[in-house]
Amino acid sequence: MKARGYNMAGLALVGAIGLAFMFLTPRFAELDVVLDLTVYMIMAILALSLALIWGYGGILCFGQSAFFGLGAYTYAITMFNMGESTVPFLLAILLPAAFAALLGYFMFYGRISDVYLGVITLTVTLILFNSVNSTAGPEFHIGAARLGGFNGIPGIPPLNIPGNKGAVIDLEGMFYLCTGSLLLTYFGLRLLLASQFGRIIVGIRENERRAELLGYDPRAYKLATFTIGGALAGFAGCLFANWGNFVSPTIFGLSQSAQIIIWVIVGGRGTLIGPIVGCIGIQWLSAMLGANQPSGGSDLWSKIFANAPLILGSILIAFVLLVPKGLVPTLSDIVLSLFRRRQRQEQRGFEPQQAE
Amino acid sequence: MDLVAILAIQVVYAIASLALISVGLAIIFGMMRVINLAHGEFLMLGGYAAIVATNHGVNIWLSMLVVAPIAVGLLGVVVERAIIRFLYGRMIDTMLATWGLSLFLVGLTTAIFGNTTVGISAPLGSIQIGDYRTSAYTLFVIAVAVVVLGVIFAAMRGTRLGLIARGTMQNANMAAALGVNPPRVYAVTFGIGAALSGLAGAVLAPVSGVFPTIGVAYVAKSFITVIGGGAAILSGTVSASALFGTINQIATFVTTPVFGEVALLAAAIVLIRLLPQGITGRFFRSGL
Repeated sequence: MKARGYNMAGLALVGAIGLAFMFLTPRFAELDVVLDLTVYMIMAILALSLALIWGYGGILCFGQSAFFGLGAYTYAITMFNMGESTVPFLLAILLPAAFAALLGYFMFYGRISDVYLGVITLTVTLILFNSVNSTAGPEFHIGAARLGGFNGIPGIPPLNIPGNKGAVIDLEGMFYLCTGSLLLTYFGLRLLLASQFGRIIVGIRENERRAELLGYDPRAYKLATFTIGGALAGFAGCLFANWGNFVSPTIFGLSQSAQIIIWVIVGGRGTLIGPIVGCIGIQWLSAMLGANQPSGGSDLWSKIFANAPLILGSILIAFVLLVPKGLVPTLSDIVLSLFRRRQRQEQRGFEPQQAE
Repeated sequence: MDLVAILAIQVVYAIASLALISVGLAIIFGMMRVINLAHGEFLMLGGYAAIVATNHGVNIWLSMLVVAPIAVGLLGVVVERAIIRFLYGRMIDTMLATWGLSLFLVGLTTAIFGNTTVGISAPLGSIQIGDYRTSAYTLFVIAVAVVVLGVIFAAMRGTRLGLIARGTMQNANMAAALGVNPPRVYAVTFGIGAALSGLAGAVLAPVSGVFPTIGVAYVAKSFITVIGGGAAILSGTVSASALFGTINQIATFVTTPVFGEVALLAAAIVLIRLLPQGITGRFFRSGL
């Protein structure tokens, strides 16, 4: 009962902070800061998609950026063909979900081990990157949308309020939309994980054979988890295409995939708030490092500090070796052990009196 | 007829280069069960080592066949001692740490050499087959692949070192009880795998040029070759290279090189669905 109380208090706290952030930021911050924060919110949704399938489902997907990119491209292509954003928005969620379901069918019903799963998702990401990258010529188009190859697709029309083509969502509206979506995603996933479904997928992560002997089909549950993760990543991709009005094949790229993994591992697997913290922290760090070197200095040290792969790679190695559980679980362990030690000391303080 | 001969050479070349880039990874994965995602960067560093040595006046054959493998092999031993040995038995964590290493090496080479392609021209000129010309270097790459695979086979089968390595991989505790030092065997194995990757990267450097992110182009191909091949190191690498190399080269011939690669990767996914244990999980089981 007590643990449940803490849980509820934690949820209320997250909700309150989230809502305050959502409504107060546009009042006090400049528009460019709001714009930067919007992309952090979008990436945090992407981080949550991997937090679900890896942190809770135990499925290590190296290709989460494939679904992200697919969502962004789907939105861009259908938007150029239709002009009204309701159907493109829905397709940008459904198509990556369908793709994840197809890929997941191959992987889970083939009973491929974790390691091969990582390699296959990596391979699929590279296939998408290579194929989209090579479609630069004018002969590659879907309806009215040119794919643009490595040049990407510029000038993507923004989202509008469903059914009203003229009512385009502006920059501040995007901030509300993205932050609201992040909060909804967070609470939606909390709800999902508290349900029977959530308990079963965690059970499968802990011991697949045991879950199977208890009558649950791990393949079906993993497939469902993977599909939900794909849908969420596609949703984030759709928001991202809106945010920059631009997509290019680099969003399928390996460094994008690596970033998502790093967010989750830095924040902590098996939590939802951790990956959000990791995502925002790492992006803020990357922005700081980049911002300090506007033109990229000439000496070796400034080259190193303006060098995102070098820093991200070092962070990844350091966390795997030294803080494998991630920031949030490690910190909460430390706090809990301090708390327990104090409790124990208090108990010990009473013991001699009782003995007398 | 000449066209067929040229096409045949191209197919054999595709198979040989796949086997060459995969064999270092196959040794590390097959013997130590370590997934080394920095494999592509080992190849890339092999290429840089060869080019830097050549530019400093070392004979080009010497720098490709001796300097590059030694340099990358030493790096491999350092990596094993500094990172990998803490993570034995934690496969996923090894994957993540080596991926971090891969990013780190890409960043480091970008900082040192810049984000441009460097190259050395392929020696040996070209040979004439009927109306067609092909680079004689192609034949050299095929020869290197055959020699490398032959030496590995002989070493694993015939030498005491090969016996110790195979024994340690089968049962490390038993080997330790018989007086072998498993950590040293692991370090040496990782070093040899890295050295072979360095050799492959150096031999392919004149063909493709070298730039910091070239590892990405190699890593997926070599991984699916190793995984498609399955547990047996040599017969797995050879059979998977033969299958994927042929598919890649024929698809390239019919369409474009990019879709040749896509066909290769797609074929690999279907293969893993059909044979999750790889080719040698079903066929050639008794091979090395």
